[in-house]
Amino acid sequence: MLFQDVVFWTLGIVAIGAALGVVLIKDLFRAALLLVLVFASVAGFFVMLNAEFLAVVQVLIYVGAISILIIFAVMLTRDVQRGNMPNRLQVPAVLFAALLLSALVVVAVDTDWDLISEKDQEKVSLVQTSAVANIETEDLEASGLTTESEQAAARESGLADLLIGDFVLPFEAVSVLLLAALIGSLVLMRPRPPGSLN
Amino acid sequence: MSLEAMLIIAAILFAIGLYGSLARRNALAVLMSIELMFNAVNLTLVALAKYVAPLALDEDLAENLSGVLTGQVFAVFIITVAAAEIALGLGIVFAMYRNTESVDLTEVAELRN
Repeated sequence: MLFQDVVFWTLGIVAIGAALGVVLIKDLFRAALLLVLVFASVAGFFVMLNAEFLAVVQVLIYVGAISILIIFAVMLTRDVQRGNMPNRLQVPAVLFAALLLSALVVVAVDTDWDLISEKDQEKVSLVQTSAVANIETEDLEASGLTTESEQAAARESGLADLLIGDFVLPFEAVSVLLLAALIGSLVLMRPRPPGSLN
Repeated sequence: MSLEAMLIIAAILFAIGLYGSLARRNALAVLMSIELMFNAVNLTLVALAKYVAPLALDEDLAENLSGVLTGQVFAVFIITVAAAEIALGLGIVFAMYRNTESVDLTEVAELRN
């Protein structure tokens, strides 16, 4: 438990420090590198929160793809020298962000969360990990899932199962959205033929 | 490590991203801040999925085990939408840069040429 706490707070401090760096550092390239650090520590948080599959996706998509895209964009736009200047909205922006932060913290602390009991916590963690791991029968029995049907349910309820089961409609919608975004960015980036008006 | 600590860290990340997206001039910095906010929301969803009992758990655990994964499914969708958003956002930034030789949002008052 102690080890978990140490990892948790280290990740938290790294994430918040790097995020502050992203918005405060003038050099955009370094800001992009710090953004990679934030993404990586969020992936670490996902591992601690039983979301191993999401951690892998986070590393693949955010650390691997999105940050590379951003770094490419930073280097292509040559605005790096002038850097990351603040605009005139500095003070209202700080006030607004601080206000929202205090509201969120008050909600997080004040709400009487309906927490999962210690006993159920193990089952939940088994099910959430089942997205990436094969669960041994002994582990299932140790966490209180003794009957055959309960064990089968725990084994079969993976993320993929939900994505093409209960959530198949949003899943298809998102794939259409990705296609539209792909075509849209291609249209935006296409060099204009000479002589055309726009 | 507790739910509250996780939520507070996510809230701090979200507030930093909000400040960055409101107060920066560079369009790329604004995009990066928006990514920060997406990540904060994902953290919140996954943390709540781990710690807070979904309604399904109260009734029959064996039949409704998939309910505990809903938060993670939402996070998957958010990551997909974030990928689409960054691709389009960078496309717009490049179009802007080609037309005005600048990615400064205070100088770009209109998207037309």
